Amino acid sequence: MRYILQRLAQGLLVLLGVTTIVFALTFVAGDPVSTLAPLEATPEERAAFAHNMGLDRPIPVQYVDFLAHAVRGDFGLSYSSHEPAMGEVLDRLPATILLTAAAVLFALVVSVPLGLLAAMNHDRWVDVIARLFAFLGQSIPVFLLGIVLIIVFGVDLHWLPSSGSGSWKNLVMPAVAVGSFSAAVLARLLRSSLLEVLGQEYIRTAYAKGLRGRVVVVRHALRNAALPFVTMVGLQVGFLLSGAVVAETIFAYPGMGRLAVTAISRKDVPVIQSFVIVAAVIVILANLFVDLVYTRIDPRIRLR
Amino acid sequence: MRRRWISRARTIPGYAGLAVLLLLIAAALLADQIAPTADTQLLLQRLDAPTWAGGAHGYLLGSDNLGRDLFLRMIQGARVSLTVGFIGVVVSGGIGITLGLIAGYLGGSWDRVIMRVADVQQAIPVLVLAVAIAAILRPSVANLIAVLALTTWFTFARVVRAEVLGIREMLYVESARVVGANARRIIVRHVLPNAAASIIVIATLQVGNLILFEASLSFLGVGVPVTTPTWGRMVFDGLDYVSTAWWIALFPGIAVMTTVFATNLVGDWLRDALDPRQREP
Repeated sequence: MRYILQRLAQGLLVLLGVTTIVFALTFVAGDPVSTLAPLEATPEERAAFAHNMGLDRPIPVQYVDFLAHAVRGDFGLSYSSHEPAMGEVLDRLPATILLTAAAVLFALVVSVPLGLLAAMNHDRWVDVIARLFAFLGQSIPVFLLGIVLIIVFGVDLHWLPSSGSGSWKNLVMPAVAVGSFSAAVLARLLRSSLLEVLGQEYIRTAYAKGLRGRVVVVRHALRNAALPFVTMVGLQVGFLLSGAVVAETIFAYPGMGRLAVTAISRKDVPVIQSFVIVAAVIVILANLFVDLVYTRIDPRIRLR
Repeated sequence: MRRRWISRARTIPGYAGLAVLLLLIAAALLADQIAPTADTQLLLQRLDAPTWAGGAHGYLLGSDNLGRDLFLRMIQGARVSLTVGFIGVVVSGGIGITLGLIAGYLGGSWDRVIMRVADVQQAIPVLVLAVAIAAILRPSVANLIAVLALTTWFTFARVVRAEVLGIREMLYVESARVVGANARRIIVRHVLPNAAASIIVIATLQVGNLILFEASLSFLGVGVPVTTPTWGRMVFDGLDYVSTAWWIALFPGIAVMTTVFATNLVGDWLRDALDPRQREP
């Protein structure tokens, strides 16, 4: 319990840091007024604009004000729709979570059998092929995989729709495109941590007392190899969200990544800021969840 | 017998990756000599298939929607990708290594502050932050490199810090200190050379990652001006024609994958050779 509280406090601290970076985004381009005000504005109009946006106050004051609003989830109005920016991002959040969850599922379904098979057939052809696949998966950009899938399953075979959302069929190709990188990373990690565990004394003991190979691998080795694996699943969430931004653009999938890309072309700073915050919150929550899972798998942490 | 064959065979992919990379670097350096006509538009020959796929006008990899030679544009595109990949790693590594050395060697509040910042940055997906910053900055290759350095430095910082924490306790560092060497001398003469192996390995793997990020950013239309030929942007431009002229999006995408694959092969090979403790069994 204390462990979880400690983690929670750490997460909040990180979130504060993220909010600071997001605040700083407004100033990245130098003077925010010149980026945001209309190009044809006169100096007086610029001054009025700066005053309306509160951009003429000292930066520390603006920062405190920004934080005070951020705590309430208020990041200002979208420049293009004039709706609350955070609300717009949150409207699109379920679609992105669905896509990311499907991608995690795909990564797990592929990586666990692949890692297991490779480790159990160390240095045999199964292992070599699994390693090659993992290597390819780590090198293939989301957009390339997405396009190959569209060409094969959308255009040629007509099995799956290449854009939109609404049915599970719309999720298949984006999830595969987003999840492949993680599937590869996870398979490599599972393989090498299994191989390491399989070299331990207690595994030899398990074999010596007459247990069959499969029982040893599943009950003894897999359980111990699960710790680094679970950590890595948590670390993948950030990559999956990055991938989702690209995949949502390719598959015209109405998630928050696509919203952000549109916002970027319009320099819609409040929407971009809300998007960065939401992405960071997902990563932080995912890592908290991993910490929780950790305490379930590893009794040493629970008892501390 | 089989094991020995495999361990010897393991160096082949590394050499293959190196060969591909050198070829790409040569293409990027000589792009203006090989592909001076990359921007020539022949609208009457637009969307022409590759010659080997029934194209009428003899384009090796087909032509795009404006009638430009796809292969020649890809050679020009190699320039941006490799520039961002290699120079980006130098800048990102420069920042990360310096901060990692400071955090690891000086420790204390230096360590705490630097590592907290790294924690915060790690919570924001790299592409998400890079897209946000790049969208606000004026598009240019230099800005793109700065953005990627700002969003990826912590990978280096973490690795270097971990290395330094181990090296700092070594007897030779202790001896240097006893002899009266100052912190700077110890870091430059003793710590850095001993951390070099893992730095080289991580740098190589990061080249591939940065190329992947650059391609994704160009694909999304942020980073470099959209008129600059980049592989990522070419894929995006081809997206509208994917059902009829699939080659426009496919081949630049394959170029990205090949480059990243080659870099990863070299990185893996260097890791096996330089840092055998990290070798995958």
